Amino acid sequence: MAECGASGGGSSGDSLDKSITLPPDEIFRNLENAKRFAIDIGGSLTKLAYYSTVQHKVAKVRSFDHSGKDAEQDHEPPYEISVQEEITARLHFVKFENTYIEACLDFIKDHLVNTETKVIQATGGGAYKFKDLIEEKLRLKVDKEDVMTCLIKGCNFVLKNIPQEAFMYQKDSDPEFRFQTNHPNIFPYLLVNIGSGVSIVKVETEDRFEWVGGSSIGGGTFWGLGALLTKTKKFDELLHLASKGQHANVDMLVQDIYGGAHQTLGLSGNLIASSFGKSATADREFSKEDMAKSLLHMISNDIGQLACLYARLHCLDRVYFGGFFIRGHPVTMRTITYSINFFSKGEVQALFLRHEGYLGAIGAFLKGAEQDNPNQYSWGENYAGSSGLMSTSPELCPTQRTRSGTFDLLEMDRLERPLVNLPLLLDPSSYVPDTVDLTDDALARKYWLTCFEEALDGVVKRAVASQPESADAAERAEKFRQKYWSKLQTLRHQPFAYGTLTVRSLLDTREHCLNEFSFPDPYSKVKQKENGIALKCFQGVVHALDSLGWEERQLALVKGLLAGNVFDWGAKAVSDVLESDPQFGFEEAKRKLQGRTSRGSCAGCCSQRQGPPHKCALIFADNSGIDIILGVFPFVRELLFRGTEVILACNSGPALNDVTYNESLIVADRIAAMDPVVHSALQEERLLLVQTGSSSPSSAPYSLWVGWTCAVLPVRLDQGLAVLARERGADLVVIEGMGRAVHTNYHAALRCESLKLAVVKNAWLAERLGGRLFSVIFKYEVPAE
Amino acid sequence: LQSWGSLFPWFGLDIGGTLVKLVYFEPKDITAEEEEEEVESLKSIRKYLTSNVAYGSTGIRDVHLELKDLTLCGRKGNLHFIRFPTHDMPAFIQMGRDKNFSSLHTVFCATGGGAYKFEQDFLTIGDLQLCKLDELDCLIKGILYIDSVGFNGRSQCYYFENPADSEKCQKLPFELKNPYPLLLVNIGSGVSILAVYSKDNYKRVTGTSLGGGTFFGLCCLLTGCTTFEEALEMASRGDSTKVDKLVRDIYGGDYERFGLPGWAVASSFGNMMSKEKREAVSKEDLARATLITITNNIGSIARMCALNENINQVVFVGNFLRINTIAMRLLAYALDYWSKGQLKALFSEHEGYFGAVGALLELLKIP
Repeated sequence: MAECGASGGGSSGDSLDKSITLPPDEIFRNLENAKRFAIDIGGSLTKLAYYSTVQHKVAKVRSFDHSGKDAEQDHEPPYEISVQEEITARLHFVKFENTYIEACLDFIKDHLVNTETKVIQATGGGAYKFKDLIEEKLRLKVDKEDVMTCLIKGCNFVLKNIPQEAFMYQKDSDPEFRFQTNHPNIFPYLLVNIGSGVSIVKVETEDRFEWVGGSSIGGGTFWGLGALLTKTKKFDELLHLASKGQHANVDMLVQDIYGGAHQTLGLSGNLIASSFGKSATADREFSKEDMAKSLLHMISNDIGQLACLYARLHCLDRVYFGGFFIRGHPVTMRTITYSINFFSKGEVQALFLRHEGYLGAIGAFLKGAEQDNPNQYSWGENYAGSSGLMSTSPELCPTQRTRSGTFDLLEMDRLERPLVNLPLLLDPSSYVPDTVDLTDDALARKYWLTCFEEALDGVVKRAVASQPESADAAERAEKFRQKYWSKLQTLRHQPFAYGTLTVRSLLDTREHCLNEFSFPDPYSKVKQKENGIALKCFQGVVHALDSLGWEERQLALVKGLLAGNVFDWGAKAVSDVLESDPQFGFEEAKRKLQGRTSRGSCAGCCSQRQGPPHKCALIFADNSGIDIILGVFPFVRELLFRGTEVILACNSGPALNDVTYNESLIVADRIAAMDPVVHSALQEERLLLVQTGSSSPSSAPYSLWVGWTCAVLPVRLDQGLAVLARERGADLVVIEGMGRAVHTNYHAALRCESLKLAVVKNAWLAERLGGRLFSVIFKYEVPAE
Repeated sequence: LQSWGSLFPWFGLDIGGTLVKLVYFEPKDITAEEEEEEVESLKSIRKYLTSNVAYGSTGIRDVHLELKDLTLCGRKGNLHFIRFPTHDMPAFIQMGRDKNFSSLHTVFCATGGGAYKFEQDFLTIGDLQLCKLDELDCLIKGILYIDSVGFNGRSQCYYFENPADSEKCQKLPFELKNPYPLLLVNIGSGVSILAVYSKDNYKRVTGTSLGGGTFFGLCCLLTGCTTFEEALEMASRGDSTKVDKLVRDIYGGDYERFGLPGWAVASSFGNMMSKEKREAVSKEDLARATLITITNNIGSIARMCALNENINQVVFVGNFLRINTIAMRLLAYALDYWSKGQLKALFSEHEGYFGAVGALLELLKIP
C-alpha cells in the first residue's frame, strides 16, 4: 500500500536510437549561451531543462533636444526611435523519448560553448541508469535530486507563473478541456502523482509538503497487469485497446446482480459492483479490448476514490493529477474525472496541468539554480517557442511525426518586473479577464482566427516598413508570417493548446512571434507620426473645452475620450479611413459618434462627479496619438483641476499602436511644455506615469482592430503600479479601449468606482453585442456597499 | 397456532453476485404430535438438508459453522449454513418447484441483489412469493445477532496477534463488548463499507468494485484456475515480490524522505512491465500478487474511511475471507502498521452468512 513517485519503469525504449538526425536549432535553441542544466529521465521520456539568455531587439524612443523651436515645424517627428539590442533570460525545456537520449547528449556536447557549467541536476527513475552516459557525454557531474521534491517545486512554479496552467476535463464538451484561472494563492493543494504507483502529497507552502499517502495500484498496475492479460506490451497501445473496449463484458455491474430492479431501487445499473467479476469463469473468452477497458476503469476508479478520501481527510478541494498514467491521455483524464465526480459527489475537482510532463525537470532545474533564486522573478510562457498542449505542430521535425514520440518544447521568458494582482479587484480569485472564451465559442473562434489570418499580410508589411534600414527585414518578416500562420492553424485544430483561447492570447502569440524574428515594435513609426499630429492639435482642443460651461465640458470630455478611441490603427475600419484620408480629424470622429453618446448615458457618471472629487484616479490608456493626447490628457487635466490625483498607466512594452510607457513620458513632457496644469501636476507628483508591466514578450496586451492592452488588469500586473494604487488610495479606475474594457475586464468587478469606455470598431463584434459599428460602450459602476 | 412468521421451514436467503447464502433452522424440539402433522414435503426438505453436506455438484453445507442448540422464537434447534454459486439459482428454483415448496405456504425472506433479480423466476417457476429485504439492514442485524449468540460457546469475533510473523501469529478471540461505533467492511464480489453507530443507526460510507470477484476473476484470467479454493491454494504457494515492484526495488531500500519501508509495494504488478520478468513468474506468483493487491487496497480504503469517520475498530466480513488467512493477516497487519497501532482489524467466524441470518431474523420478526 505504499507508493513512490518514480515515473514508470519498464521502459520500452531501452535500446538507444543513434541513427536519428535531429533538427537541431529548432529544438535545442540558444544552446550557445546555455548554463545550468537539469534532466528528468522517466520510464520512457527524457526532459531536459536549461537556462539561457536571448538577445533580441527592442524599440527605444528618445526625446530630441527641444532647446530650439524647430520641433514646431510641420514635418518634424516629436521624438526619435532607435532599435537596440537587449538581453533577456529564458528557460528552455525539451521533452523527447529516451531512445534519443544519446543523440541528444551528443548534440548538446557539440554545441555547448559555455564551459562554466560543471554540474547537471538529475531526477526521475532513469537518472541512475543514464548517469554514466550523461557524465561521459557532457563531462558534467550528475547531482541526483529527490523525485518528489522536484515534482512539487515544478508544480508550484507552473501554477504561479502560467495563468492557465490547470484545467478540468469535461466529457462531451468541445473542446474537452476547461482551463482555470489560477487562484492567486496556490496553496494548499493535493498532488496525486500516478506513476507506476500513486503518491499523494499535500503541499502547504513553497517549501512545505508532506507525503500523506499513496497506493500501489497505479500506472504500473495498468501496464503490468494489462501486458499479462492482453499480451500487449506498450502502455499507449494498452490505452488504445482500452478506448475500444466494453468493460461491461468483464465487469459485474449492479444490474447484473439486481436484474432490472435497480431502476425502482434508484440504483444506477451501470455502476461496477465487482471489477472483473464476470471473468470468474473458465468457459469464456474475453477480448483484449474489454479486459483493458475494465482494467482502466478499475484503476482509475480506485485512484479517484483514494484521492477523494485523502482530500476529505485533509479538507482540500484542489487536487492536481499528474504522472505518466495521466500525461496527455484524454482516456485516463476522462476516467479519473469521472471517478472523482462520482466519489466526491462533485465536491472535489480533478485538475490537470498543461505542463505536467515538465514538472520534474523544472523542479530539478530550480533546485540547481537556487543561488540565482529564480523564484524571485515572474516568468511567462513564450507562445512562439512552446509547443502547447498535445501539439502536433508539423513544422517541428516532420520526420519524427510518425513515431510515437516527438520533441516537445516549453520556453519561458523572465519578466523584467514581478507581476501581481491589481489590489482594487473585488475578488482576485474569481477574476477572469477575458470576456469571450474562444475555446468555448466555436463561431467566435472561427471569426477571430480568420480575422488574424487576413490581417497577417498587413502586419508583415508594417513590420518590414518599421525597419527600413534592415537588409533582412523582408526575410525575417516572411519567417514571422510562417510561424504565426502555423500557430493559427494549430489553434484552429487545438484551440486549447495554450490554455483558454482568447483574442488576447491570439495577440500575445503574435507579439511573441514578432519578437522571435526581431520586430519589437512594427507600429513605432506610425505612432511617432500620430503623436506628432495630435500634439499639434492639443492646445486648440483644450482651449475649446475651457470655453464650455461645466456640464457641457464634462460631456465634451467624455465624447473626446471616446472619439480619441476611434483612432486606432489596429482597427481595420478606422485604418481604412485614416490611410485614405489623413485629414480625417478629431471633429469628424466626434460627428461619427453623434447620437451615440446621449446625455443620459453619462448622466450617472457626471452626477456622481458633481459630488466631492475622487482622491485618485487610475487610468489605463489605450492608443498612441489622438487617443492619448486629445482624448485622455484633456480628461486627466479636468481631473487634476478638481483636485484628483491621476495615475496614468501605459504598457511597459510595445503592442500594436498602443502607447507605451516610454512614449507616454515623452508625450507628457511635450504637453507639460504647453500646459501649466499638467506641468505643475507632474512636478508635484499629482500626475504619475507608470507602466502596467504588460509587454511582450511577457504577457502582452494590445490592440488589433481594437484598442487594446489588457494584460494590465488581468491576473498579473506590475508590482510597482499595484503598490502605488494602494498607497495613493485610488478610488476611481478608468479603463479605456476595446481591448481592455470590452474584450477583457468587461465583467471585472472592482472595489471602487470604475468607468469602462470604448468604441466598438469591429462590425462583427458590434453586431454580436447588438449594436452598430462605432457604437459606444460606456459602463460606469459603483461597487455595492 | 403458529403465526405465519414462524411457520416451518425457516429459511434466510442472501443472493449475492457470486454466491447464494442460505441459512436453515432445523428444529430439534419437534414433538411426536408435530412430527405426525408435519407434511411430507417439509420432512423431506429437513432430511435432505441435514443429512447431506453437499447438494448437487456445487452446493455445500459449511458443517463447521453449524450453530447448535440455538433457541429461536421459543424453538430449539440447529442453524445450518449452506452456500452455492449464484449461477445455479435456476436449478435451486427448479428444485423448489420439484419439492413442491409452494404447498408449504411459507414465505421466503431473501436479501441481496438476487432477491430482485430472481423474484420473477421464483414466482413464475416455483410459484413462490419472495419477501425482499434490504441487504445492509440484514447484514447488520445478522452480525449483531450472531455475535450475541456466540459460536457454540466460543467467541464469534477474533483478531490476529503478530499477523506478519508466521511463527508467532495467533488467532485470538475478541469480545465485542462495545461494538459501537464500528466500521463494517463486507467483502463479497465487491466491497461495501458501513459505519455503524447503533443497532438502527448506520450509513454506507463507500464501496469499491475491487473485491472478492476481482481477485477470483483476475486469477481465472491469469492462471486458468477454476475455483476460489484453487486460486487461494495457488496464492499460498506464490511469491508476490516477483510480480510487484517494491519500494526497495526503486530506492534500493527505504524511501526515507517519505518514511516508506523498503518492503512496501510501490507498484502492484509493476515488475510485469518488463518482458523478462513477465516470463520469469509462475502462476502461483501471479495469484499471490492478485490476492495481495486486492487485499492491500481494501485495507487502504478501510483505513481511510475509519480515519474520516473517526472509528477505530474495523470488522471485516464477507466470503472473500473464507479460508483466506493470508488476506486476513495482511489486513490485520496493514491496518495496524499504517495506522501506527490506532486501528484494530476484527474478523468473524461466520464471515459471509450475516445477510442470510438477517433475512431469517426478519422472517421471524426478531428485532
